[in-house]
Amino acid sequence: MLTSQFLLLGAVLFCIGVYGVIARKNAVLVLMSIELILNSVNINLLAFALRNGSADGHTFALYIVAIAAAEVGVGLAMVLLIYRNRRSIGLDELSEMRG
Amino acid sequence: MMLAATETLSPLTGGWFLNNVWLAPVVPTIGFAIIVLFGKRLPKKGSEIGVLSLLASLVLASGAALQWIQRVGSAGESQFVSPVVRTWKWWQAGGADFTIGQHIDGLTVVVLFVVAFISTLVQIYSLEYLRGDRRYTHFFAALTLFSAGMMAMVIAEDMILFLLGWEIMGLCSFMLIGHWWEDGANSRAALKAFFTVRTGDMGLLVGIAVLFFAANEWTTSNLGLSGFSIRGISAWALSGDPNSTVILVAAVALFIACIGKSGQFPLHTWLPDAMAGPTPVSSLLHSSTMVVAGVFLVARLYPVFYTGLDILGPSSNVIMVIAAITIVIAAALAFVQTDIKRVLAYSTVSQLGYMMLGLGAGAWLPAVFHIFTHAFFKACLFLCAGSISHSASHHSFDMKKDMGGLRKHMPITFAAWTVSTLALCGVFPFSGFFSKDEIIDNVGGNGYTFFMIVGLGGAFLTAAYMTRATYLTFFGEARGASAGEHETHGDDAYAEHATHSSPHESGALITVPIAILAVLAIFSGLFNATPFGESWEYLKKWAEPRAVVVAEPYAGGPGASFVITVPRAAEGDDKSPCGIATPVDGVCYAPKLNHAKFKWSKAMLSLAIVFAGIAISWMLSSALYGRRDRRLVGLTQRNGLARAGYRLLANKYYLDDLYERGVVSNVAGPIARAAYWFNQFVLDGILHGVARFTRALGRFVYRDIDQRIVDGAVNASADATKTVGATVQPIQSGRVGHYGALLFATAAVAALVFVILYT
Repeated sequence: MLTSQFLLLGAVLFCIGVYGVIARKNAVLVLMSIELILNSVNINLLAFALRNGSADGHTFALYIVAIAAAEVGVGLAMVLLIYRNRRSIGLDELSEMRG
Repeated sequence: MMLAATETLSPLTGGWFLNNVWLAPVVPTIGFAIIVLFGKRLPKKGSEIGVLSLLASLVLASGAALQWIQRVGSAGESQFVSPVVRTWKWWQAGGADFTIGQHIDGLTVVVLFVVAFISTLVQIYSLEYLRGDRRYTHFFAALTLFSAGMMAMVIAEDMILFLLGWEIMGLCSFMLIGHWWEDGANSRAALKAFFTVRTGDMGLLVGIAVLFFAANEWTTSNLGLSGFSIRGISAWALSGDPNSTVILVAAVALFIACIGKSGQFPLHTWLPDAMAGPTPVSSLLHSSTMVVAGVFLVARLYPVFYTGLDILGPSSNVIMVIAAITIVIAAALAFVQTDIKRVLAYSTVSQLGYMMLGLGAGAWLPAVFHIFTHAFFKACLFLCAGSISHSASHHSFDMKKDMGGLRKHMPITFAAWTVSTLALCGVFPFSGFFSKDEIIDNVGGNGYTFFMIVGLGGAFLTAAYMTRATYLTFFGEARGASAGEHETHGDDAYAEHATHSSPHESGALITVPIAILAVLAIFSGLFNATPFGESWEYLKKWAEPRAVVVAEPYAGGPGASFVITVPRAAEGDDKSPCGIATPVDGVCYAPKLNHAKFKWSKAMLSLAIVFAGIAISWMLSSALYGRRDRRLVGLTQRNGLARAGYRLLANKYYLDDLYERGVVSNVAGPIARAAYWFNQFVLDGILHGVARFTRALGRFVYRDIDQRIVDGAVNASADATKTVGATVQPIQSGRVGHYGALLFATAAVAALVFVILYT
């Protein structure tokens, strides 16, 4: 079935994205992983939209793309500022908590 | 005798004011809340709210008084003018309903009008008198709450609301006496007043409880009223149902409360000390309104006292004895005071004695009339004293040190003071003559000759000490501050208002209230001018409840009729409560009282006594204070050596000595010392015991309850929070990766739960 293959692709992409968010130390890579997660959701939405013959899923996917673009914009700006301040974009070094 | 039940009764008129006069205490209560919450932010610091709310009460009280007069007019000649009663259920406990409500009758409208009227004038006066005071807003708040409390007590339908108003007044009295509490003496005076009155208040609680348990059954089954209802208690007391011991106990307990509140012997000691408060407070609370609360209580529950203490019986009763002692000792003490307000305070105590004497001797109406007239002239006297200290004597009240010769500087104050003094002394045709002479006359008319003589003696003393005070204040030469001498006061609480200057008349906000009261001090006697004949006895017509049998329209359901058995009913004896000798269906709410026939011969006797008092006192005062060497003024007071040298001067000073030392200290000294001993050892002993117990209790509460239980609970909760915090702290690592992992783990778990639940 076509849908299940879409869903499988979505699940694989989601898992890769989650792995990236958790395991990567580079902030840019984490942002990219988040993009992966969002796009896996897009694929799911499109798959269900195709199956139901409805345009709702497409609309949502378009929204998500727009929001993802904004999110990456903000995220990259933050990364840039962090880099300017610390000369590093390693996420492990960001913590200032003590105790 | 008259049988109202068989007559055709005319319908009584009502009116909006009569039905809604309960708003009179409610408006100032709201005013009090506004002053306390927002007073300091208002343009006039809250005083405008106080004055406006009391003006509203005055309008309500006046409207109610007018409509009550119409109501009386609409009744038949011997018809009972039933009070306008409205009740609301307040709360319920132990099967008893506690209601609040209004009970508007003649007595209520008289006292309500007096309270609202004088409160309004005193607040206007205070606008000027307390200008710039550091607790200006609080002063107006307390003054407004006081008026609300007094009016609530006056209109009370039952003893619960009565008690509430009574206690609010006690509290406000405490707050206002201690208004300038930075001075230790003031706060001590406030405490003394509060605790002394509280001692008496125990009697009120006991009396109310005794009455409730004794009367409740009768009132519920016969009238459908609770045992707290004033109507119910009154009817019950006259029904022949009460056990004579129970009602005696109740009457004595209630009278103890009156002794405390109305400054009767031996609990009068707080009233002169209460003069530590600002003068408007003395004028309103401690002379014209609050201290008559005790008198009002006796007048309100008169049937209880009538039956319980056998008023009009052959022997004298406790009210008359206490009142007679009070009249004499207070008047004697007034002679040795140098503080003008203390003279007036003792005078108030003595006049309250007259009111009590009237009530004890069955002269109900003259006593209520004396409340009415006394309120005006005594409030006026106090406001005059305040005007003097405000504008002439640099906030001093010492007549000997800082006053004298003020009549030229303060013409309005002097005129008002003179008029009020003549009214207080009972000079015809000023108001005090009509009320006081009526009391004395009726006491004699009811057969209590001894007490009539005491009353006449009191009138002599009153005339004498008021003449002395008038001489010291307004005549002779100016002394001390009123002569323009400046001295620094250690007391900065006073120093804040008004700059010191030479004596002058006070501003309009002070003189106008004084002038209004002075006019009333002259004319208020005409409300019940017995000498001018029956047609002038308005107050008797309007205020005195009629002793007639009422077939109750609001008794417990249709067909509820019952028989009153009259206690002293014998053949042909009309001394029974309602003036009937045979049992009749119905109830009666007021005992039948006699009214002495006015005779000019008797009035002339008392007028002669008063004029003798004025003349003798004037001669002695001008000899003692006017003509003597000015260097000796201060020395003769306390210094024995100076007094010995001073004795050697002229023969007339032996008279002075007789007057100051011989008579007064020998007569009043031992009594004062005995009262002091009683105060120090008995009253203060009780107070100290209570204080020690409270301290021990406080220590126990601190150590065992506060430290162990309360603080223990606090510490335990803090410890628990700390432990939980330490446990969950590692989660907050500050690392984005961890947070992401947690987020997704939670999402995964949530997804799992979702899948398990919905598949």
